[in-house]
Amino acid sequence: MTIRSMLLAGAAAVLMTAGGAGAKTLVYCSEASPEGFDPAPYTSGTTFDASSRPVYDQLVEFKKGTTELEPGLAESWDISEDGLTYTFHLRPGVKFHSVDGFTPSRDFNADDVLFSFDRQANKDNPYYAYAPSVSYEYYNGMDMPKIVKSIEKVDDMTVKFTLNEPNAPFLSDLAMDFASILSKEYADKLAADDRKADINNVPVGTGPFEFVAYQKDAVIRYKANPDYFKGKAPIDDLIFAITPDPAVRMQKLQAGECQIMPYPSPADLQALKSDENIKVEEQPGLNVAYLAYNTKQAPFDKAEVRKALNMAINKQAIIDAVFQGAGQVAKNPIPPTMWSYNNDIKDDAFDPEAAKKMLADAGVKDLEMNIWAMPVQRPYMPNARRTAELMQADLAKIGVKANIVSYEWGEYLKKSKDPTRDGAVILGWTGDNGDPDNFLAVLLSCAAAESGSNRAFWCNKDFDDLITKAAKTTDQAERTKLYEQAQVVFKDQAPWDTIAHSTVFMPMSKKVSGYVMSPLGHHDFYGVDIQE
Amino acid sequence: MIRFFIGKILWLIPTLIGITIVAFGFVRVLPGDPVLLMAGERGLSPERHAELTHQLGFDRPIWVQYGEFLWRVLHGDLGESLVTHKPIIHEFFTLFPATLELGLCAMILAVAIGVPVGVLAAIKRGSWFDQVTMGSALVGYSMPIFWWGLLLIILFSGVLHWTPVSGRISLMYYFPNGTGFMIWDAIASGQKGALSSALSHLILPSIVLATIPLAVIARQTRSAMLEVLGEDYVRTARAKGMPPRRVIGIHALRNAMIPVITTIGLQVGMLMAGAILTETIFSWPGIGKWMVDSISRRDYPAVQGGLLLIAVIVMVVNLIVDLLYGLINPRIRHR
Amino acid sequence: MSEVTETNIPSGTRREQFAEFWFYFKENRGAVIGLAVFVLVVIAAVLAPVLSPFDPDAQYRDALLAAPMTDSAHGHFWLGTDAVGRDLLSRLLYGARYSLFIGVVVVVLSLSVGVILGLLAGWFGGWVDTIIMRVMDVILAFPSLLLALVFVAILGPGLTNAMIAIALVMQPHFARLTRAAVLSEKNKDYVMAARVAGAGNMRLMFRTVLPNCLAPLIVQATLSFSNAILDAAALGFLGLGAQPPTPEWGTMLSEAREFILRAWWVVTFPGLAILISVLAINLMGDGLRDALDPKLKRS
Repeated sequence: MTIRSMLLAGAAAVLMTAGGAGAKTLVYCSEASPEGFDPAPYTSGTTFDASSRPVYDQLVEFKKGTTELEPGLAESWDISEDGLTYTFHLRPGVKFHSVDGFTPSRDFNADDVLFSFDRQANKDNPYYAYAPSVSYEYYNGMDMPKIVKSIEKVDDMTVKFTLNEPNAPFLSDLAMDFASILSKEYADKLAADDRKADINNVPVGTGPFEFVAYQKDAVIRYKANPDYFKGKAPIDDLIFAITPDPAVRMQKLQAGECQIMPYPSPADLQALKSDENIKVEEQPGLNVAYLAYNTKQAPFDKAEVRKALNMAINKQAIIDAVFQGAGQVAKNPIPPTMWSYNNDIKDDAFDPEAAKKMLADAGVKDLEMNIWAMPVQRPYMPNARRTAELMQADLAKIGVKANIVSYEWGEYLKKSKDPTRDGAVILGWTGDNGDPDNFLAVLLSCAAAESGSNRAFWCNKDFDDLITKAAKTTDQAERTKLYEQAQVVFKDQAPWDTIAHSTVFMPMSKKVSGYVMSPLGHHDFYGVDIQE
Repeated sequence: MIRFFIGKILWLIPTLIGITIVAFGFVRVLPGDPVLLMAGERGLSPERHAELTHQLGFDRPIWVQYGEFLWRVLHGDLGESLVTHKPIIHEFFTLFPATLELGLCAMILAVAIGVPVGVLAAIKRGSWFDQVTMGSALVGYSMPIFWWGLLLIILFSGVLHWTPVSGRISLMYYFPNGTGFMIWDAIASGQKGALSSALSHLILPSIVLATIPLAVIARQTRSAMLEVLGEDYVRTARAKGMPPRRVIGIHALRNAMIPVITTIGLQVGMLMAGAILTETIFSWPGIGKWMVDSISRRDYPAVQGGLLLIAVIVMVVNLIVDLLYGLINPRIRHR
Repeated sequence: MSEVTETNIPSGTRREQFAEFWFYFKENRGAVIGLAVFVLVVIAAVLAPVLSPFDPDAQYRDALLAAPMTDSAHGHFWLGTDAVGRDLLSRLLYGARYSLFIGVVVVVLSLSVGVILGLLAGWFGGWVDTIIMRVMDVILAFPSLLLALVFVAILGPGLTNAMIAIALVMQPHFARLTRAAVLSEKNKDYVMAARVAGAGNMRLMFRTVLPNCLAPLIVQATLSFSNAILDAAALGFLGLGAQPPTPEWGTMLSEAREFILRAWWVVTFPGLAILISVLAINLMGDGLRDALDPKLKRS
């Protein structure tokens, strides 16, 4: 056998992958290895795609392709008049998966719900730190310890959550990945066998797919759960082929080694779109990239100065060169797919001449500033360094000298939070639950200016009152009005230059049907079918 | 003889201690706070930060941490990854077979081609064969292999579609209780096509990784051979009318192999460095890529444990080469 | 080796030595070609501002990823442009400066530190020798690129730190070579004579012994020069070396990776530039070794 014929034989074997004896297999070229299979200790979408989405369910769930909620493991719920008690009626007859060494003896019930939350809240729960470095950053990050007062089991099929004060986004929070429901029976068995850490290696959930095997940094295998409460998935096997390089993912898709892939390199979109075996779906991402000025630092404490700089930066050029067209210019701090997005707002026009004049009028000359560019690629920002270079060139044209600074990612996050920070910082945000509060309060409230996650350290009373009021109101029409007004205040004060909302692309084989893109950036394969 | 071996092994102990200090010390002065990275853009409150720092033990005096590190290392415990929350030793040895398989293949390739080419080039010194092969060897030796890998991917996977782009075997083959050595698993499973699939995935990374060792071995073999061919006893054997093939086969080759074996041993450390780049380019799920990822994720314990294990492995291989050398070449023992 | 080195010492003036060296060096055709190419690279680096058609940092936003030989309103892009519309040829020419700079700095750093450590270890022996050489052993126990990687991660990514890291992992080779040479020279008659004549340790080490250990050091220095360029490029490629927009070749390659299938030129040319310069230096290195190392001269 010559080398050449051997290689061809290998290629032929690859082509056979899609065949197989009647079993339908979908191969997803995923972008990275999951950190583990227990979603609660993690915060990255990659990990959720491999754990909470195929394997687990939540009490309430996001309706496919939207940020609206629908019943999940809870069939229905009641909210008290004062907005303080949430009572969930659980779905009967839901079965947990069986894995090697564990077969569930009972159906899903209230104990599982209590366990799934208690282990994140209660230091005495044996699973609070089942490995020395485990911690629940999402649960804490979403302020759950402050929001939730207590969780009680009313009966086997009813659970009651009591809150400390009314909180409109709370229900959406329960649809998030950290709120996935694990099997208490399985956890107890692992604890009895003294292998608690396996809860992170071999997940047992109620979701549409059962975990089969994981080869580290290479392949994850799942099979369809025949007892799934919404019905068995159309495909029989789901495989994640872990492929960190976007160019390689694309080649694999074109070669038929996988049928669907996330995060193509913007540079390759043209080639993908012109491939006759591939279709590319796209959707605006639920995110924003911004340049936050330090509003506590002169001369950036003046709104005119900030506005002038915004007008000097050519955002379209950034979309072209950095996003390679895979994005849109942002004018508001929330993305256009989110409810309450105020489309009446007009962006400050790109006008270097006017900007120059505004600066002069404000009495600013020979301005020298720092632009912070983060060292990593994020879903909302493909290349911060390149963005900063473009900004630097633009600002030079109005006589502002910009220096680009960067730090290692952890340092960057920390130093950018310091109110004495020198310069404007490029950063962004990806929505967690589709609620505007998750952008406006987290990134721009006075409380956030205090804690530092408001990187502009901008505290405006009008704005803050509006969003605080909205968070306590349950009526969505009412909330929408309040958020729309808040965006007007934001634009007028310009604490940020809103740079872009990235567009998310999902190339897939034309044989794939039923894939619905999630505005939250989830990759969900329940309901997807593949034509043989 | 035994004293020579024991002496060699004892000599390594201070180096080993040095290695633990380096692995621990370097990594503990890495800037950047792993606790902050765990939270990302979301951030965490100062209280929560202090609590986590304490939970992970980063707030204790550095020498206490080193003492604990050493104590745990002596018990075979290298700590737990901050990212996956799994034991480092487990992570390392899950990925190690992939690197070992790639490394062995590259080494076999390098020796199988490098030695004969070197021998031939020496015998036909000055011929066009000598010039072309030694010229290519120098090019190989000067090659930025990360670029070379990209070029091969463009050509063989992108344009010609002869080889798969990345991965270790086609996804249709699955060995639930595999050893991690794909070729072995493929043969053991008896599935049709599994072996050729594994080989076709292995070939490009092996070529890339073999490039520099191949060049070094070919050059070294040639010059060792030339030296031996010039020795008196070879000339004598020739003068006595021994057929050239026997002269080269029996006398020259065997003596020329002594420095070549040392060279091959020294290439093991080089291979590990090459594996970092090769694995990154081909998304090969091995130790090299894992180290790069761990460094960029600030996974302290993983970098620590990885550095330590890699250094120990390189040291053990060098020790074996040393001992072999002592066996082949008795002179060295009495130095 | 030792006898020949010894006969070298009294042999005439520097000029004669150089003439002899040049005689052997120019025998080696490869070495001469290497030297010529190297000189060209040096010229490119020195005259980069004159030779390059564009400012290496100027962005032509209407000519993103233009193919080689493209004409535009701004001028002719001989080797095309990169993702933000910068002329590749100009960046490569400026990149030559960085590569040479890296090579020189790393060699000077590692050579001087390594030679001093080696001299001390070899000359004084005893515990000084033990400690120095043990530390060198520890450094050499790690694969060099891996150690450099961790070093740069500690110091923070950047060109300066990358150079320091590479110099650090390279200097043990110089230290070992120097030590070995010192040990073989230390007890020779001419050293004894100088010692009897009352020369101090410093003078003996640096003025008497060191000049006679130069040949292997020069060969090692050329090797290190090319290795430094390769390693710095590798670090740049892994995102830890020179930071963009610096037109360092490895960094350019790493930035270009995402365009591998769409714009071959942004990937091909920086790599080719690295290969050619490293090859030229290695060719020279071979020639130097043959000319300076009398043992191999025979073969």
